[in-house]
Amino acid sequence: MNIVVLIKQVPDTWSERTLSDADKTLDRASSDAVLDEINERAVEEALKIKESGDAEVTVLTVGPDRATDAIRKALSMGADKAVHVNDEAIHGSDAVTTAKILAKAIGTVDDVQLVLAGNEATDGRSGAMAGMLGEVLGWPSLTHANELTVENGTASIKRETDEGTCDVTASLPAVVSVGEKINEPRYPSFKGIMAAKKKPVNALGIADLGLSADEVGLAGSLVQVDSFAPRPPKSGGQKVEDEGDGGAKIAEFLVGQKLI
Amino acid sequence: MAEVLVLVDHVDGEIKKNTYEMLTAARRLGEPSAVVVGTPGTAAKLAEGLAAHGAEKVYVAESDDAVNYLSTPQVDALATLVERVSPPAVLVPAGADGREVAGRLAVRTNSGWLNDLVEVDGQREGTHSIFGGAFTVQSRATTDTAVISWRSGSIEIEEQAGAGTQETVEVPAIDEAKSGKVSNRQPIVGGDRPELTEANVVVAGGRGVGSAENFDVVETLADSLHAAVGASRAAVDSGYYPNQFQVGQTGKTVSPQLYIALGISGAIQHRAGMQTSKTIVAVNKDPEAPIFEIADFGVVGDLFSISPQLTEEVKKRSS
Repeated sequence: MNIVVLIKQVPDTWSERTLSDADKTLDRASSDAVLDEINERAVEEALKIKESGDAEVTVLTVGPDRATDAIRKALSMGADKAVHVNDEAIHGSDAVTTAKILAKAIGTVDDVQLVLAGNEATDGRSGAMAGMLGEVLGWPSLTHANELTVENGTASIKRETDEGTCDVTASLPAVVSVGEKINEPRYPSFKGIMAAKKKPVNALGIADLGLSADEVGLAGSLVQVDSFAPRPPKSGGQKVEDEGDGGAKIAEFLVGQKLI
Repeated sequence: MAEVLVLVDHVDGEIKKNTYEMLTAARRLGEPSAVVVGTPGTAAKLAEGLAAHGAEKVYVAESDDAVNYLSTPQVDALATLVERVSPPAVLVPAGADGREVAGRLAVRTNSGWLNDLVEVDGQREGTHSIFGGAFTVQSRATTDTAVISWRSGSIEIEEQAGAGTQETVEVPAIDEAKSGKVSNRQPIVGGDRPELTEANVVVAGGRGVGSAENFDVVETLADSLHAAVGASRAAVDSGYYPNQFQVGQTGKTVSPQLYIALGISGAIQHRAGMQTSKTIVAVNKDPEAPIFEIADFGVVGDLFSISPQLTEEVKKRSS
């Protein structure tokens, strides 16, 4: 079985994140970049399937040159190969366009039965790419999995969101997004890190996917960003030492604000 | 006037508050039409509330399958209606399920998706609050229909009578090969407290609370204010409070009228989930805790004496 895992390099949430003045997109150059933690769980889940049977794991990312770091990390964990869609024209693509690009890129891998992804990236936070990709591919999407079983041409998950839990099943091929609780991703071994250097990475531009420049990026997006502004810094208000009346002081403040 | 579709957020025959916010926002864009996707008999229970908040039409897409498949019934119903009425906008709730519906609908109808809006004007210009409120972004869809997922708690609900005329929508049968089949559905039982992302007041505890038992102090204050209870990642990771109540970068984003932080230092990841709250009150032993940088009112001291005192003061005033 061939499995594709979507991975994404994101700005480290510990670093300052900002937008670019020129085209109002995420300024990826100005912050530290890391493989999004949830993607490691998706890779781990694919590797578990590979180890329990027979599967080839391809990691797929869409991103600039330095996304190779994220690819190497996934390969050093044990993925077999990678597809890196890297094209300046893609910069600024909205979610719908990104789903279309991913679907085309998945089409470059033979006979894919399962696509795995994280349920929500820490940068864009749309939290819906698996469902959107399923929609483009015409495949079912099973989202927010905290447990996954793949057997007899069927994928079954235990789904957990803020709204509740349920079981979801669908026939393959399917797209599955994983949640934080699904597993603990392994650390790459030294051997894995060395082996990763020799694993094939297929670099593709949009022309290789049969897309043209006006279908992707800012030009092809269905949403335009008009402006952005940093939130005016919230300055601290009053700060008092508790002298045995701290609770009463808060109550006074809340009354003044008409909150109680 | 153009019809604007609003997907009704409901559970157990009750309309969730966010639906009324969306109906309020939809009125700026046109004439609100509520869309009810549910099992047979659902719309009858919701119709009155929807009409009281300005729904001119209530589209009824009822079937037993409505709860048996993941997001597909909602996407199918909305896509059918988008094709029929060409709305300038479709509004859905910005929770996990709603965003999935929104994203899929945007793909299916080739529409621009404005995710997690906190405001929208009559020209369909939407406002997002991103990176935990560090930036506000204005954007618009360049397509005839904009799919909007709406962040709960963003605007004041306005009541306005609407006709609430019910109309049945025929939705095509579910395509099994393209849909996830759902079983064993169990909504999270939140108890008597308001839902975290919908609450007007949130009282949250952090590492400073010290133990699971000590969270009583947080809960008691929350209950006196009819508030939801939240927790920082540090508190959740230490096992003091369940995961679904985590506020912050990897948890929920809340934006209540009042946020009270007890024993929370205010790491950037936590602030990302709460700094757009209208008023922030913080109690912490450490005068240097970063939470004080964004608190409207801060008290340096022991939460175990301050919080019970505040609870008493609140009870005195509400009785």
